[in-house]
Amino acid sequence: MARRTAAPLDLRIPSDIRHIEDAVAQVLVALAPLPLPRQHLALNIPVALTEALSNAILRGNGDDPGKTVLIRVRPQPDRVVIEVADEGLGFDLDACTGDATAPDALEREDGRGLFLMRRLMDGVERFTDGGNVVRLTLRIA
Amino acid sequence: MGFTVAKQGEITVVEIEGSLIVGNRQELKQRVLEELDNGARKVLVDFAKTTYIDSSGLGVLVSLAKRIRDLGGDLRLADLNDDLQTLFELTKLDTLFQISATRERALESF
Repeated sequence: MARRTAAPLDLRIPSDIRHIEDAVAQVLVALAPLPLPRQHLALNIPVALTEALSNAILRGNGDDPGKTVLIRVRPQPDRVVIEVADEGLGFDLDACTGDATAPDALEREDGRGLFLMRRLMDGVERFTDGGNVVRLTLRIA
Repeated sequence: MGFTVAKQGEITVVEIEGSLIVGNRQELKQRVLEELDNGARKVLVDFAKTTYIDSSGLGVLVSLAKRIRDLGGDLRLADLNDDLQTLFELTKLDTLFQISATRERALESF
Protein backbone atom coordinates (compact mmCIF):
# COMPACT_ATOMS: atom_id res chain seq x y z
CA MET A 1 0.00 0.00 0.00
CA ALA A 2 1.37 3.43 -0.90
CA ARG A 3 2.40 5.65 1.97
CA ARG A 4 0.50 8.82 2.52
CA THR A 5 2.41 11.92 1.50
CA ALA A 6 2.22 15.63 2.13
CA ALA A 7 2.89 18.52 -0.22
CA PRO A 8 6.13 20.52 0.07
CA LEU A 9 5.79 23.92 1.67
CA ASP A 10 7.89 27.07 1.36
CA LEU A 11 7.12 29.74 3.91
CA ARG A 12 8.96 33.05 4.31
CA ILE A 13 8.36 34.96 7.52
CA PRO A 14 9.56 38.32 8.82
CA SER A 15 12.47 38.12 11.24
CA ASP A 16 10.26 38.63 14.30
CA ILE A 17 9.78 36.10 17.09
CA ARG A 18 6.07 36.92 17.22
CA HIS A 19 5.66 35.05 13.91
CA ILE A 20 7.13 31.78 15.17
CA GLU A 21 3.99 30.25 16.67
CA ASP A 22 1.91 30.81 13.54
CA ALA A 23 4.67 29.49 11.28
CA VAL A 24 4.97 26.31 13.35
CA ALA A 25 1.19 25.86 13.18
CA GLN A 26 1.29 26.15 9.37
CA VAL A 27 4.04 23.53 9.13
CA LEU A 28 2.08 21.15 11.36
CA VAL A 29 -0.97 21.56 9.14
CA ALA A 30 1.16 20.77 6.09
CA LEU A 31 2.49 17.61 7.75
CA ALA A 32 -0.87 16.42 9.05
CA PRO A 33 -1.46 13.95 6.16
CA LEU A 34 1.69 12.00 7.08
CA PRO A 35 1.50 8.94 9.33
CA LEU A 36 3.54 10.58 12.07
CA PRO A 37 3.29 9.50 15.70
CA ARG A 38 1.28 11.89 17.83
CA GLN A 39 4.35 12.83 19.87
CA HIS A 40 6.19 13.97 16.76
CA LEU A 41 3.43 16.45 15.98
CA ALA A 42 2.92 17.55 19.57
CA LEU A 43 6.51 17.69 20.81
CA ASN A 44 9.41 16.85 18.50
CA ILE A 45 8.54 18.99 15.48
CA PRO A 46 7.03 22.06 17.19
CA VAL A 47 9.81 22.35 19.76
CA ALA A 48 12.71 21.67 17.37
CA LEU A 49 11.30 24.00 14.72
CA THR A 50 10.66 26.72 17.28
CA GLU A 51 14.28 26.45 18.38
CA ALA A 52 15.55 26.64 14.80
CA LEU A 53 13.38 29.67 14.05
CA SER A 54 14.33 31.39 17.27
CA ASN A 55 18.04 30.91 16.48
CA ALA A 56 17.54 32.12 12.90
CA ILE A 57 15.72 35.27 13.96
CA LEU A 58 17.67 36.26 17.07
CA ARG A 59 21.16 35.04 16.18
CA GLY A 60 21.35 34.48 12.41
CA ASN A 61 19.45 37.63 11.51
CA GLY A 62 20.49 39.54 14.62
CA ASP A 63 16.85 40.31 15.50
CA ASP A 64 16.74 42.61 12.46
CA PRO A 65 13.08 43.04 11.42
CA GLY A 66 14.20 44.00 7.93
CA LYS A 67 15.43 40.47 7.30
CA THR A 68 13.45 37.30 6.68
CA VAL A 69 13.60 33.60 7.45
CA LEU A 70 12.69 30.92 4.90
CA ILE A 71 11.17 27.62 6.00
CA ARG A 72 11.27 24.75 3.50
CA VAL A 73 9.28 21.63 4.32
CA ARG A 74 10.13 18.60 2.20
CA PRO A 75 8.13 15.52 3.18
CA GLN A 76 9.63 12.29 1.82
CA PRO A 77 8.30 8.74 1.97
CA ASP A 78 10.49 7.78 4.91
CA ARG A 79 11.31 11.11 6.53
CA VAL A 80 10.34 14.70 7.08
CA VAL A 81 12.96 17.29 6.20
CA ILE A 82 12.54 20.88 7.37
CA GLU A 83 15.09 23.55 6.49
CA VAL A 84 15.30 26.94 8.16
CA ALA A 85 17.37 29.52 6.29
CA ASP A 86 18.42 32.90 7.64
CA GLU A 87 20.66 35.69 6.33
CA GLY A 88 23.48 35.12 8.80
CA LEU A 89 26.96 33.71 8.50
CA GLY A 90 26.24 30.46 10.28
CA PHE A 91 27.73 28.81 13.32
CA ASP A 92 29.56 25.68 14.42
CA LEU A 93 26.79 23.31 15.40
CA ASP A 94 28.95 20.98 17.48
CA ALA A 95 30.84 23.75 19.23
CA CYS A 96 27.62 25.53 20.15
CA THR A 97 25.80 22.47 21.49
CA GLY A 98 26.37 21.94 25.18
CA ASP A 99 25.09 19.28 27.55
CA ALA A 100 22.11 21.03 29.07
CA THR A 101 21.74 18.22 31.59
CA ALA A 102 25.19 18.67 33.16
CA PRO A 103 24.91 19.62 36.85
CA ASP A 104 26.40 23.07 36.30
CA ALA A 105 24.02 23.73 33.37
CA LEU A 106 20.80 22.63 34.99
CA GLU A 107 19.99 25.96 36.63
CA ARG A 108 21.00 28.07 33.64
CA GLU A 109 18.24 30.04 31.95
CA ASP A 110 19.73 29.53 28.48
CA GLY A 111 21.71 26.89 26.58
CA ARG A 112 19.01 24.29 25.89
CA GLY A 113 18.00 25.21 22.34
CA LEU A 114 20.46 23.24 20.20
CA PHE A 115 20.52 20.46 22.79
CA LEU A 116 16.76 20.03 22.47
CA MET A 117 16.87 20.22 18.67
CA ARG A 118 19.37 17.38 18.52
CA ARG A 119 17.55 15.25 21.07
CA LEU A 120 14.17 15.66 19.38
CA MET A 121 15.29 15.16 15.76
CA ASP A 122 16.99 12.19 14.10
CA GLY A 123 19.33 14.57 12.31
CA VAL A 124 20.38 18.21 12.61
CA GLU A 125 22.75 19.68 10.03
CA ARG A 126 23.99 23.19 9.34
CA PHE A 127 25.36 24.37 6.04
CA THR A 128 25.62 27.42 3.82
CA ASP A 129 23.46 27.70 0.73
CA GLY A 130 23.17 31.38 -0.16
CA GLY A 131 22.62 31.93 3.55
CA ASN A 132 22.81 29.94 6.73
CA VAL A 133 20.64 26.81 6.70
CA VAL A 134 19.70 24.43 9.51
CA ARG A 135 18.21 21.16 8.29
CA LEU A 136 16.07 19.10 10.63
CA THR A 137 15.36 15.48 9.71
CA LEU A 138 12.85 13.20 11.40
CA ARG A 139 12.37 9.63 10.23
CA ILE A 140 8.92 8.24 9.68
CA ALA A 141 8.87 4.82 11.31
CA MET B 1 -0.31 31.94 24.71
CA GLY B 2 -2.76 33.10 27.26
CA PHE B 3 -2.52 32.67 30.98
CA THR B 4 -4.58 33.25 34.05
CA VAL B 5 -3.42 34.04 37.56
CA ALA B 6 -5.61 33.16 40.53
CA LYS B 7 -5.24 32.81 44.27
CA GLN B 8 -6.01 29.63 46.13
CA GLY B 9 -5.43 30.63 49.74
CA GLU B 10 -1.82 31.75 49.94
CA ILE B 11 -0.86 29.96 46.73
CA THR B 12 -0.69 31.83 43.43
CA VAL B 13 -1.84 29.55 40.62
CA VAL B 14 -0.70 30.38 37.08
CA GLU B 15 -2.42 28.50 34.28
CA ILE B 16 -0.74 28.57 30.86
CA GLU B 17 -2.94 28.10 27.82
CA GLY B 18 -1.24 27.23 24.50
CA SER B 19 2.50 27.38 23.98
CA LEU B 20 5.14 28.93 26.22
CA ILE B 21 7.91 29.96 23.85
CA VAL B 22 10.40 32.67 22.98
CA GLY B 23 7.69 34.99 21.66
CA ASN B 24 5.68 35.17 24.87
CA ARG B 25 7.90 34.11 27.76
CA GLN B 26 8.59 37.68 28.92
CA GLU B 27 4.87 38.25 29.36
CA LEU B 28 4.70 35.34 31.80
CA LYS B 29 7.86 36.42 33.59
CA GLN B 30 6.63 39.96 34.12
CA ARG B 31 3.25 38.78 35.39
CA VAL B 32 4.79 36.43 37.95
CA LEU B 33 7.34 39.06 39.04
CA GLU B 34 4.42 41.41 39.70
CA GLU B 35 2.88 38.76 41.92
CA LEU B 36 6.17 38.41 43.80
CA ASP B 37 6.32 42.20 44.26
CA ASN B 38 2.86 41.95 45.78
CA GLY B 39 4.06 39.38 48.28
CA ALA B 40 3.39 36.03 46.62
CA ARG B 41 5.86 33.33 47.71
CA LYS B 42 4.14 30.06 46.85
CA VAL B 43 3.57 29.74 43.11
CA LEU B 44 2.04 26.84 41.22
CA VAL B 45 2.20 26.64 37.42
CA ASP B 46 -0.56 24.47 35.98
CA PHE B 47 0.14 23.06 32.49
CA ALA B 48 -3.19 21.32 31.94
CA LYS B 49 -3.93 23.56 28.94
CA THR B 50 -0.35 23.95 27.68
CA THR B 51 0.59 22.63 24.24
CA TYR B 52 4.38 22.89 24.02
CA ILE B 53 7.29 24.68 25.65
CA ASP B 54 10.59 25.65 24.03
CA SER B 55 13.98 26.22 25.64
CA SER B 56 13.14 29.86 26.32
CA GLY B 57 9.99 28.86 28.15
CA LEU B 58 11.94 26.33 30.20
CA GLY B 59 14.53 29.01 30.91
CA VAL B 60 11.92 31.38 32.26
CA LEU B 61 10.62 28.70 34.61
CA VAL B 62 14.17 28.06 35.85
CA SER B 63 14.75 31.78 36.31
CA LEU B 64 11.50 32.30 38.21
CA ALA B 65 12.15 29.27 40.41
CA LYS B 66 15.52 30.70 41.42
CA ARG B 67 14.03 34.14 42.09
CA ILE B 68 11.24 32.70 44.21
CA ARG B 69 13.64 30.46 46.11
CA ASP B 70 15.85 33.48 46.85
CA LEU B 71 12.79 35.14 48.35
CA GLY B 72 12.18 32.15 50.58
CA GLY B 73 9.33 30.77 48.51
CA ASP B 74 8.75 27.85 46.18
CA LEU B 75 7.60 27.34 42.58
CA ARG B 76 5.98 24.02 41.80
CA LEU B 77 4.49 22.49 38.65
CA ALA B 78 1.40 20.40 37.93
CA ASP B 79 -0.58 18.65 35.22
CA LEU B 80 2.13 18.04 32.62
CA ASN B 81 0.91 15.88 29.75
CA ASP B 82 3.09 13.00 28.53
CA ASP B 83 4.92 15.18 25.98
CA LEU B 84 5.72 17.92 28.48
CA GLN B 85 6.82 15.29 30.97
CA THR B 86 9.16 13.91 28.28
CA LEU B 87 10.53 17.41 27.69
CA PHE B 88 11.30 17.88 31.38
CA GLU B 89 12.93 14.44 31.54
CA LEU B 90 15.07 15.10 28.42
CA THR B 91 16.42 18.26 30.03
CA LYS B 92 16.52 16.72 33.52
CA LEU B 93 14.44 19.63 34.74
CA ASP B 94 12.16 17.05 36.31
CA THR B 95 14.91 16.81 38.95
CA LEU B 96 14.89 20.55 39.56
CA PHE B 97 11.15 21.06 40.03
CA GLN B 98 8.61 19.40 42.24
CA ILE B 99 6.01 18.16 39.76
CA SER B 100 2.55 16.89 40.73
CA ALA B 101 0.16 14.94 38.54
CA THR B 102 -2.78 17.21 39.33
CA ARG B 103 -3.39 20.74 40.56
CA GLU B 104 -5.10 19.39 43.66
CA ARG B 105 -2.11 17.30 44.64
CA ALA B 106 0.22 20.21 44.02
CA LEU B 107 -1.87 22.51 46.19
CA GLU B 108 -1.80 19.93 48.98
CA SER B 109 1.98 19.61 48.66
CA PHE B 110 2.79 23.19 49.68
